[in-house]
Amino acid sequence: MSAYGLLPFRFLRFDVARTLLVNDAGDYQILGTRDFEHFVHHQLGSEEDAYLDLKAGHFLYDSESLAPFELLATKYRSKKAFLAGFTSLHIFVVSLRCEHSCHYCQVSRVSADRTRYDMSEETARRALDLVFRSPAPRLKIELQGGEPLLHFERVRQIVEEARRRATIEGREVEFVVTTNLALLNDAMLSFFLEEGVILSTSLDGPEALHNANRPRPGNDSHSRTIAGIQRVREVLGHDRVAALMTTTRTSLQSPVEIVDEYVRLGLTSIFLRPLSPYGFALRSVRTTGYSMHEFLDFYTRALDRILEHNAQGIPLVESYAQLLLTRILTPFATGYVDLQSPAGAGIGAVVYNYDGDVYASDEARMLAEMGDTRFRLGNVHRHSYSSIFGGDTLRRIVAASVAESIPGCADCAFLPWCGADPVHHYATTGDVVPHIPTSDFHEKNFFIIKHLLTLCERDAITRRIFWSWVRQESLREEEVA
Amino acid sequence: MRLHETAHVVGVDRLLIGRVARTPLLSGHHNALLLAENGVLPCDPSGYLGVIALGDPPQVSGTPIASGLRRLDYLDDGDVVAIHPNGFVHTLYRRNSRHNFILATERCNSLCLMCSQPPKEDDDSGRLEEHLRLVDLIDPATEELGITGGEPTLFRDGFLELIARCKRRLPTTSLHVLTNGRLFFYRSFAEKLGQIAHPDLVLGIPLYSDIDQRHDYIVQAQGAFEETVIGLQNLDRYDVRVEIRVVLHALSIPRLSRLAAFIARNSPFACHVALMGLEMFGLVHQHLNELWIDPAGYQQELLEAAGILRDAGMNVSIYNHQLCILDRRLWPLARRSISDWKNVYLPECNGCIAMGQCGGFFQSGTKIRSEYIHPLSPTETPTS
Repeated sequence: MSAYGLLPFRFLRFDVARTLLVNDAGDYQILGTRDFEHFVHHQLGSEEDAYLDLKAGHFLYDSESLAPFELLATKYRSKKAFLAGFTSLHIFVVSLRCEHSCHYCQVSRVSADRTRYDMSEETARRALDLVFRSPAPRLKIELQGGEPLLHFERVRQIVEEARRRATIEGREVEFVVTTNLALLNDAMLSFFLEEGVILSTSLDGPEALHNANRPRPGNDSHSRTIAGIQRVREVLGHDRVAALMTTTRTSLQSPVEIVDEYVRLGLTSIFLRPLSPYGFALRSVRTTGYSMHEFLDFYTRALDRILEHNAQGIPLVESYAQLLLTRILTPFATGYVDLQSPAGAGIGAVVYNYDGDVYASDEARMLAEMGDTRFRLGNVHRHSYSSIFGGDTLRRIVAASVAESIPGCADCAFLPWCGADPVHHYATTGDVVPHIPTSDFHEKNFFIIKHLLTLCERDAITRRIFWSWVRQESLREEEVA
Repeated sequence: MRLHETAHVVGVDRLLIGRVARTPLLSGHHNALLLAENGVLPCDPSGYLGVIALGDPPQVSGTPIASGLRRLDYLDDGDVVAIHPNGFVHTLYRRNSRHNFILATERCNSLCLMCSQPPKEDDDSGRLEEHLRLVDLIDPATEELGITGGEPTLFRDGFLELIARCKRRLPTTSLHVLTNGRLFFYRSFAEKLGQIAHPDLVLGIPLYSDIDQRHDYIVQAQGAFEETVIGLQNLDRYDVRVEIRVVLHALSIPRLSRLAAFIARNSPFACHVALMGLEMFGLVHQHLNELWIDPAGYQQELLEAAGILRDAGMNVSIYNHQLCILDRRLWPLARRSISDWKNVYLPECNGCIAMGQCGGFFQSGTKIRSEYIHPLSPTETPTS
């Protein structure tokens, strides 16, 4: 019997021989089952390696020293640092119109009616008033649609006004325009260059797949996207445009081809995303849908291919893995809305719709398009900052998304690395509190976290690749060799 | 080269600290020590703080003088020299060196097994005034200045005063302080240092183990680990930059990679981690049985620890290692850290192609050394 006390941790039988322990700060340790049993029964000897590792990892303490508690407190504060900044990502839906008619698209409209679906100048101005009320030290404004380039004068107004106000207030602001690039012209490019705007686009894979997923008049989405990427690189710089992909039923067959298309185009990141259960996507579930299990099989195969490329010195990051790995391997916080507890809906990111309605998340906006406005926080024309960001609606969302209090999450070993998504769970089950055994959110995160840990433990090369993703730099040459 | 010497003094009734002047000055005479060579003064010394004479003394009256010096002939304009009433003359600062440091105090609250500068218990708190005066006299164009000990923070508020003085008088000089960091356990002390907001200050703080008892044993001070790791947190809280220094020996090597992971996880804010070979002087000789391990025997551990820190995005350097025993994959991290006037090479080094890049040995540390020292040839393949 050794005289030591246990510090708070959660655990999971990792495989037949090993147990994973994770403390509240997200530090982890994998122990042989025998050591684990001895540990929890206070039978580890104080000179055993397992004892020393657990002590240094802040799973046990054996003196009155404040060090483990102070260090844990600091790490816990770091992990929750996203809370202090409050809402930093502000998403503007400058128009609901789009000239694409993607099967999975959540809410956009092919329409010529500008007045009905475009954000007005006054709405944009009032939304910016709210943006600049946010205490966040760094602001990020994302302009999306629909297709925001269909309403470029609003893009221009928002960027210019936000820039001017940020300069006056001495604040940092960053701009991202989410666009399919099909309508990009030289005037827009020179504006983006002048203002330092970053572009985010969609690329679903090789030409046939992409065009099948993303129909537009002329059936030329893929070639327009690629031409757009090249133009952006020429004018703004190679790293000023990133792409993400949406996985459809057709995509499931082609993980390798999709990844290779990204490599062929010299893209350095890929975000493998499942379909969202909203809007048109939900209605067309029979033609484009699939189970989470099928998605995860696709994800695994795509990730293998990505790792193969990395091992050969080709830098390509999978963005979701990068987020999770940052949460697992480092003591730092990440700002991804669905991977934090409480969820970032409203308190990390917020959406200003074209009509001035304010939503806690893009998913909340889509739900409203389907007729359920329960996650609408207010309207820029009718409500004040304090009633939108301090009102009951947002308070309820935050309270429902503290994973530490959600049954099934509270005692999960992965909790410190995971998050909560109340809007998603409401949309899929009618309840903001998830039913973990049947939750696809849980299925996805649990599987991917465990898969990443398994890969980390498996071999040194993969571990080094993962660390290079976390550092957001490509692997140094000597590490590939 | 000698940095101190005993002189014949006349009229030195208190400690004189002054700036050397080889040529007559237009202003600032009262802080200057006029240098006379072969009995010849460059000008009338009246109004000067004193005269330093190499060799025979010139005719001087009314100005303190130290004469008969032979070895301090390297003294040059801007160097700072102290003359004690007992005739002891020593150089505090050399303008053309990159290795100037202030030995703040010889007292220490730890007693590390491998201390290269064994502490003394005498109360030397009076030194603070000398240090403050030295800072006033140092050329503000100086790029780097070190503060070492003993434990400089034992001056408490005097330490803060010294840092504040450096900021005021030497605003563009990088300041590097060697401290065990223990007193920053007290948050208000860290806060006060942070409030000084020195523009270019780094505290180099040693951490020898991820396990408290092991660190405490190495530094021979109960509770030191707790104080140092919480001190590191407090310094980061108040935006004071820290460097973590790990000395490699038989007691720190076994958990080196675990220590690296501990640093990456708990002190990711450290701007630099230095992995340092044992310096073979001071107390180390008394504890050689416990401490000595041939560096050639710990390359795997070193490689792993450096890899963990580098993966986590930290800056890592390796100090005090000869290149012939260092794994080639670690060469990019090796720094020539030994001061220019302290390093030497051995007969075994003759013909080595890497001598230009290698830090060599401490002058006083060539007796106990790796058995694997050998000249590198152009064809040599990487070890291990």
